[in-house]
Amino acid sequence: MQLRKDIGVLKWVLIILCVVFLAVMLLLPLVYIVITALREGIGTYLAAITDTYARKAALLTIEATVWAVVINTLFGLCAAWCLTKFAFRGKKILSTFIDLPVTVSPIIAGLIYVLTFGRQSPLYPILDQAGIQIIFAVPGIVLATIFVTFPFISRELIPVLSAQGTDEEEAAALMGAGTFTIFRKVTLPHIKWALLYGVVLCTARAMGEFGAVSVLSGHLRGKTNTLPLYVELLYQGYDFTGAFAASSLLVIMAIIILVLRCWLEHKGDKANDIR
Amino acid sequence: MKLSKRARRSVIPGFGLSFGIMIAILSLVVLIPLCSLVVYTAQLSPSNFFRTITQPRVLSSYYVSISTAFVASLINAGMGLVLAWVLVRYNFPGKRFIDGIIELPFALPTAVAGISLTHLTTTNGWVGQFFYEHFGLKIAYTRVGITVALVFIGIPFVVRSVQPVLEKLDQQYEEAAMILGASRGTIFRRVIFPEILPALISGFTLAFARSIGEYGSVVFIAGNTPYETEIAPLMIMAQLQEFDYASATSIALVMLAIAFIILSVNAFLQSRVSKRVSGLA
Amino acid sequence: MKKWNHRIASLTLAAALGVSLLAGCGTQTEEPAEGSDTAAAGTIELTNVSYDPTRELYAAYNEAFAAHYKELTGQTVEVTQSHGGSGKQALEVANGLEADVVTLALEGDVQVVADAGLINEGFTSEFPLDSSPYTSTIVFLVRAGNPKDIQDWDDLLRDDVGIITPNPKTSGGARWNYLAAWYYFEQAGQSEDEILESIRTLYKNVVVLDSGARGATTSFVENGQGDVLIAWENEAFLSLEEYPGEYEIVVPSVSILCQPTVALVDEVAEKHGTVDAATEYLNYLYSDEAQVIEAENFYRPSTESIYSQYVSSSDSNTITEIPADGKWINDQVNLVDITHFGGWSEALAVHFADGANFDQIYEE
Repeated sequence: MQLRKDIGVLKWVLIILCVVFLAVMLLLPLVYIVITALREGIGTYLAAITDTYARKAALLTIEATVWAVVINTLFGLCAAWCLTKFAFRGKKILSTFIDLPVTVSPIIAGLIYVLTFGRQSPLYPILDQAGIQIIFAVPGIVLATIFVTFPFISRELIPVLSAQGTDEEEAAALMGAGTFTIFRKVTLPHIKWALLYGVVLCTARAMGEFGAVSVLSGHLRGKTNTLPLYVELLYQGYDFTGAFAASSLLVIMAIIILVLRCWLEHKGDKANDIR
Repeated sequence: MKLSKRARRSVIPGFGLSFGIMIAILSLVVLIPLCSLVVYTAQLSPSNFFRTITQPRVLSSYYVSISTAFVASLINAGMGLVLAWVLVRYNFPGKRFIDGIIELPFALPTAVAGISLTHLTTTNGWVGQFFYEHFGLKIAYTRVGITVALVFIGIPFVVRSVQPVLEKLDQQYEEAAMILGASRGTIFRRVIFPEILPALISGFTLAFARSIGEYGSVVFIAGNTPYETEIAPLMIMAQLQEFDYASATSIALVMLAIAFIILSVNAFLQSRVSKRVSGLA
Repeated sequence: MKKWNHRIASLTLAAALGVSLLAGCGTQTEEPAEGSDTAAAGTIELTNVSYDPTRELYAAYNEAFAAHYKELTGQTVEVTQSHGGSGKQALEVANGLEADVVTLALEGDVQVVADAGLINEGFTSEFPLDSSPYTSTIVFLVRAGNPKDIQDWDDLLRDDVGIITPNPKTSGGARWNYLAAWYYFEQAGQSEDEILESIRTLYKNVVVLDSGARGATTSFVENGQGDVLIAWENEAFLSLEEYPGEYEIVVPSVSILCQPTVALVDEVAEKHGTVDAATEYLNYLYSDEAQVIEAENFYRPSTESIYSQYVSSSDSNTITEIPADGKWINDQVNLVDITHFGGWSEALAVHFADGANFDQIYEE
């Protein structure tokens, strides 16, 4: 009896601690954004988010996000397949390299692309001849977005695949199934939910990237300004309402994604339970 | 050992294809650009390189970045553990909601987070005012402010590392320990904690490494006073403003090395801890 | 052997993927390029890379210029703006940001683009008045009623004064601030060591050293930090306009003549075939219409007749509101220009390079 009461007290102390922590650290900034965005009335808010430049920035953000998700999914699947189904030398160093982008400062991420594809790079004349512009253009933004979200999908897949082992794939291969058949019929069902979760995370992070993109974008209004950069632009132009209105767009997108994530996880759990 | 031998002669197809695609993307996105960083730094003579990375202001910026990141990650490790525990072990209204917003710092642009945190914590902001009037504590434009911003961006790392491990933890051991008369504190310390330690360490190191490099949110809240609140990524920006690529890349290389070391230490600790745990079992 | 063949085939495939990825990037950029092909059909796209405080100015000017150019040639011009810290912007253009024209905070920054080989030498004489169509200066912005009674640069050394100014290492505007202060103490008859000591005291009073001019203004105005903001004149007036009754401008006895420099980025403009339009874009900055736009946005126009229309009749060094008659220029301030410091390259070397004067004031 005594013990159970203690646990009850401890439980609520911990829960309250968590709620207060999250309320102050996470929700308060969100509330602040929404209140500031609506400070001058709903009309100003709507005008701010339907502005031509805001729309273009949102489209560019979506474009970069889609690219990042597609390429990272391809990469994540290949990397997870390689690293979990086969043994080869240099596996450890390879997985460290895959993780590295998360820990690299976004500034450095931008800088390395400027160094690689910028005017002072030996690659520049070749690219210029071919009429390809990478930095200060959309491809640079896409590359930076891929970089910052690089390991997100593979990191979700690797634990699942390595827990699953290789027996089922081996059996399928011995029975004569081809690569893609094995993948589609044997592996994919196992990793479906982890993959979707990774995609969601990747999308969330890709939308919000600021530092790396800011180094690479050139801030051409209406051309290479993503939504986070557009927020900064408005903020620096004393248009606080506009800045926070544009931020609220990002917040809304983030919340949609998080809700989606919850839902996916729920479905995933159910699917697992049935199995 | 046995496993690796078997896998090397794996009958599973698709190694070449997937390996090729992986290496191609990895090289294009990560390896080649990182190499160019090294190539640029190589333009500097070793003594110049050394002088650049050991200027007093640069040294102090490493210190600011590493110390605030360390404190922030410690806070995150503690709070992350509590959060994961609460989310896994307890049922209470609003749990799904809390679980859902953990990733918010990933999704919210760092600049937006930085701007709103700064507004909240200046001496006339909602939160800052309270702390300033009651405790005389200034948050924005001090190292405390930097730490707050870093706590914000680091929240998901520890929670999401520890949570799955806690979920999978077999409660039989706890029950056994309880029957044997262990107190709750002892159970946590001796039974649960060793199991989640690897995940905790990996969450901590990821948050730590990410915090050292953070720029977007910190630059708004830091105040950027030399020797006080200047962070290392800002020093890179400062060198770039002076058109000094070699110095900027030198500092970047140092930071990259720090990130790499942190990840390697993590990998090492992981293998140590998991060996010890499995050895015990 | 067979295994190796397999591996080579895979790697080739991977390489092909990498190339197609790059090519994919390439086709994306060609779309805007097609846009410039249609230039002959009537629309010309110009890119103007500028610095932070000119947003409002160029938003107004681009409209006026588009109308002017339409009248002149019948062609439509669309100007894409890019704003940011002056030094950073210069660097990005030097790195391949395709700007047809640059309109930066200082000559030193344009020189960086020239050094990269993008602008032909002699750009300062390409357009009238050292290629600076408008000028500005550095003033103080204080809170309403001037509670700390700040009148001149020496007041900034007092213990009780909190200063907001951006970091000269990262902000072009902040360099003007620093040099203006330097000139004041020089005029006061101090020796070089004494000046350095005064500047050190001044920077000890700095509460927030933001990375850019706009960030500094935000710290002062929105976040309520410090007692005085050392600011561009136009930024200060903009704050008066945005927050009437909350701030006052104090014009110090001496300050510096800031000459933002404009230049045609020859290489890019030639590549885009926009040399004529871009040249006209910069020349039109000197026209009477444009000079009025500049004055309306609180830049000091260079055309004498228009300048004199905006000179204030008041003797006071304090401006509490935007004058109703629009005459805002304080003509009493003694302005020094950059030649006093031996030009930009010397000023940079003496004051702002690594280990130079500015770094020394932060060392113990």
